[in-house]
Amino acid sequence: MYETSYKRPASLAEAAAIIAADDEAKFLAGGQTLLPTMKQRLAAPSQLVDIARLAELKGISVSSEAVTIGAAMTHYSIASSPEVQGAIPTLAKLASGIGDPQVRHRGTLGGSLANNDPSADYPAAVLALGATLVTDRREIAADDYFQGMFTTALEEGEILVRVVFPIPRKAGYSKFLNPASRYAMAGVFVATLADGAVRVAVTGAGQGGVFRATAMEEALGDNWSADAVAGIKVDPSDMLSDIHGDAAYRANLVSVMAKRAVVAAAG
Amino acid sequence: MHDVTLTINGERRTVALDARTTLLDALRDHLGLTGTKKGCDHGQCGACTILVDGRRINACLTLAVMHDGDTVTTVEGLGTPDDLHPMQAAFVAHDGFQCGYCTPGQIMSAVGMVGEVAKGWPSHASASLNGKPELTEAEIAERMSGNLCRCSAYPNIVAAISAAAKDTEASS
Ligand SMILES: Cc1cc2nc3c(=O)[nH]c(=O)nc-3n(C[C@H](O)[C@H](O)[C@H](O)COP(=O)(O)OP(=O)(O)OC[C@H]3O[C@@H](n4cnc5c(N)ncnc54)[C@H](O)[C@@H]3O)c2cc1C
Ligand code: FES
Ligand code: FES
Repeated sequence: MYETSYKRPASLAEAAAIIAADDEAKFLAGGQTLLPTMKQRLAAPSQLVDIARLAELKGISVSSEAVTIGAAMTHYSIASSPEVQGAIPTLAKLASGIGDPQVRHRGTLGGSLANNDPSADYPAAVLALGATLVTDRREIAADDYFQGMFTTALEEGEILVRVVFPIPRKAGYSKFLNPASRYAMAGVFVATLADGAVRVAVTGAGQGGVFRATAMEEALGDNWSADAVAGIKVDPSDMLSDIHGDAAYRANLVSVMAKRAVVAAAG
Repeated sequence: MHDVTLTINGERRTVALDARTTLLDALRDHLGLTGTKKGCDHGQCGACTILVDGRRINACLTLAVMHDGDTVTTVEGLGTPDDLHPMQAAFVAHDGFQCGYCTPGQIMSAVGMVGEVAKGWPSHASASLNGKPELTEAEIAERMSGNLCRCSAYPNIVAAISAAAKDTEASS
């Protein structure tokens, strides 16, 4: 690790001010992605601004329409929240399948979404549920937020504060996991929103990171069944290819995971 | 340098550390607590598992400064050779190791896990999100998925945890 320094601001405003004054500083939440990256010397922030304990980034609340989750909430706190389990059980289940318990006790919703790893789980939930990402500056719709792997709409120094997840009529998630890291080799989140719209988001498979499978959305809109998506294939030339699986394999996995997600969707 | 104060195994200790020092290196190299092991140093093996404020985490993937003011429990804080913690005793009774390198991490993780089950926290393997989960073999395997054992002592590790968990339940 290259030399760095550490700050633990007491408020969101203080955190924003530190970052604004130093281009090379970086926010630190759970550290489950940033610290390994620093150990590999792929990142060298001048300062680490620890936002994990900021009260403004904490908390889970539920209304009749939505579940709002603070960006610094850990995967474990989301998985074990009775509010999330009650309102969007698929989201709690997704959180309980991220990495392993030690990672889930530290890693945060905001860290995962700011990083936008192409194999991360939360991006699929955020995109399929049409969530709204609230920052210290503005609100960003999920459809505008994800801009390719490791790229988001967040500007320099912008802090993700909370995410508002609309409560769907039904939703399901299925991922084919890499057995070592548990990252998705293909993960599909299907949902019917309160207004009846069907959305399908795919993570782990696409070269451009998470994406919506619109052909599957149309098919499920006409006929909500595993059979409706079984024959729909995404284009392998858009898929990731690595030692864990080539593009054609991943394209096939997307159809299989979509079928399983539909079956898993709680009615 | 940062002054970092931790309550470790019930004792308050303050050390001056570079910001980059991981909690694992702080324990092993600055505080003389070498029970916590370094396997991968990248959050993948669980050999460095400790409890911070009661939650199991990888000590290699967190900086000591991030924990200024926190309460830490390491394997040295569980029991002594003459007075083993029930989880330690179960690992001995069930031969839950071969080389022993992963063992402190396995034991700390198992202690954290039993606490999570007592609070009713579900796992990915749980049939239902509600109610107290039953500690089947599949549940234990899922809940211990963050701890690898290169010697593959898994069957005995699962047996030890299963026995200790049942004893804890019986005595509570
Ligand atoms: C062994 C292992 C297995 C894993 N398996 C999975 C998996 O199966 N699925 C999965 O989805 N993930 C997985 N992860 C990643 C994990 O979920 C991380 O916790 C997550 O990607 C990053 O969250 P963090 O809070 O640790 O962020 P950090 O590492 O602290 O930060 C990551 C980046 O986000 C920025 N950031 C953090 N918070 C904010 C904020 N509020 N606003 C703006 N920027 C912010 C930081 O500056 C940094 O650039 C795994 C990680 C490990 C180590
Ligand atoms: S040494 Fe920390 S997880 Fe491997
Ligand atoms: S006993 Fe050797 S690594 Fe587990």
